[in-house]
Amino acid sequence: MKIAVCVKQVPDSWAEKKMVNGVLDRESVDAVLNDLDEYAVEEALRIAEAHGGNEEGGPHTVTVISMGPERATEAVRKALSMGANDAILITDSKIAGADALATSAVLAAVIQKGGFDLVICGTESTDARMSVVPAMLAERLNAAQLTFASKVEVDPSAQKVSITRVTEAGVEEMNASFPCVISVVEKINEPRYPSFKGIMAAKKKVIESRDLAAVGVAVDSAWSLVADSSPRPPRAAGIKVSDDNAADQMVSFLAEKKLI
Amino acid sequence: MSNVLILADFVSSKATKTNAELATVGARIGEVTAVVLAPSGKGAAMAAEINKGPVSKVVLVESDAFVNNGVAAVADVLAQIIATQSPAAVLIASHAFGKEVAARTAVKSGSGIITDAVDVSADVTATQLVFGGSTTVHSKVSHGTPIITVRPNSIDANVAAATPAVETLSLQVSDASKKATVTSTQPPVQGGRPELTEADIVVSGGRGTNGDFSAVEGFADSLGAAVGASRAATDAGWYPHSYQVGQTGKTVSPQLYVACGISGAIQHRAGMQTSKTIVVINKDPEAPLFEIADFGVVGDLFAVLPKATEGVKARKS
Repeated sequence: MKIAVCVKQVPDSWAEKKMVNGVLDRESVDAVLNDLDEYAVEEALRIAEAHGGNEEGGPHTVTVISMGPERATEAVRKALSMGANDAILITDSKIAGADALATSAVLAAVIQKGGFDLVICGTESTDARMSVVPAMLAERLNAAQLTFASKVEVDPSAQKVSITRVTEAGVEEMNASFPCVISVVEKINEPRYPSFKGIMAAKKKVIESRDLAAVGVAVDSAWSLVADSSPRPPRAAGIKVSDDNAADQMVSFLAEKKLI
Repeated sequence: MSNVLILADFVSSKATKTNAELATVGARIGEVTAVVLAPSGKGAAMAAEINKGPVSKVVLVESDAFVNNGVAAVADVLAQIIATQSPAAVLIASHAFGKEVAARTAVKSGSGIITDAVDVSADVTATQLVFGGSTTVHSKVSHGTPIITVRPNSIDANVAAATPAVETLSLQVSDASKKATVTSTQPPVQGGRPELTEADIVVSGGRGTNGDFSAVEGFADSLGAAVGASRAATDAGWYPHSYQVGQTGKTVSPQLYVACGISGAIQHRAGMQTSKTIVVINKDPEAPLFEIADFGVVGDLFAVLPKATEGVKARKS
């Protein structure tokens, strides 16, 4: 199997984020591998390991694909140190501020060219939080969409995948044939910490850098544009009580606010 | 007058109250047509549920693929309707399913997409609250048909009774949209409480419950509220994952959010920060969630909640 894992470098969840010229200012904040993508990397490795492994010369490969500035190499390197085989980083000044539609178009072109059986993603990036790229990838690749999986089972010889997912409609079982785009929720596994050996090995692994010309996709300016943005006044803390009749005071507060 | 499509929102064939919210927003832009995509034989009953808010018309398509093949099938037919009706905007409920439908529909129709809007104006400018609610953003789709998902509970809905005319369309779901198949569905156990993202009041429990949600549930029931949980509580297996509030869980925006024994990690705040009123109960006076509480109680939730439950019941009787 050829497995692709899509990852994104994002500002640290704790970093204070701000908008500059209608896009997130990424320069001024610490950047890390989107922690929800670690579950995707882990799941890809587990799928490979369950069916013969992804060591050199083994039957399966796990390729990390990312789009971002040069410094996204750090996030990609982390995924490699967990055990992925190689990586493709799409870097181009024209993709700064790309929206989900452009991102999915670029990723889909790279995935199409690579001929992957499975594409595994996290459910969302912790910065934009749209949760739309996996569905867009499935649409663009004409592949089966198996998203929000809390369990994934792959039968490589039959080229079939079945997943379990929890949705508003309840607990669903879904299945599909290769190629599939899968997104995995954080409950699915416990991502491994890169071992020292893994970190050393990752330094020698290939991160292929491509620009948009090499990918063969032109990126328009974003199809949705920010007109303006403004910081919201922080919520001020209100009343705080700690005495014995706190519960009564709380109920009175709710009644005053007409919430009861 | 221009035409606006709303994708009618159903859970287990029951219309949600989000439909009136979508219609209210849509009516600012143009005449609202609700698109009802129903499994075979259920269309008439589901269309009849679109009976509130400023909806002028219902277009109905029946296909079992909407249930069996999910997002791909819904987006397929929605894109076909967009192609023939050229609406000024398409509005969809902003939950996981709605956002994925919007995503695929945007790709199919060559349109821009905005998700998690909390408001949309007459000129189709969307308001979003980003970065954990710390920043307000106004944006517009600049390409194709604006496809906007609107967060449930954000809009003060017009719920006047409506009897829109129903037009049945005969549209096919292509085989390309049937690549993933739902083989079984176990409906969630609701237990009579309102749905989390739709509820006017949400009472959530966290690490401080120590796994005992009875006090949280008791207080929630006295208020007719939904019950939520923090990631710590769902990770520990104390409450089902589908009730998780926060990043990777549900985003809620109720009139009242009561956080019990939740310290307030940034990931939790991301899912509840836009609640209109926030009440926090925590033993630890330093819990960060107190910073955004309108009313904070420093105390043991097992002592505070039963008393408060009695207090609420007394006022209601």
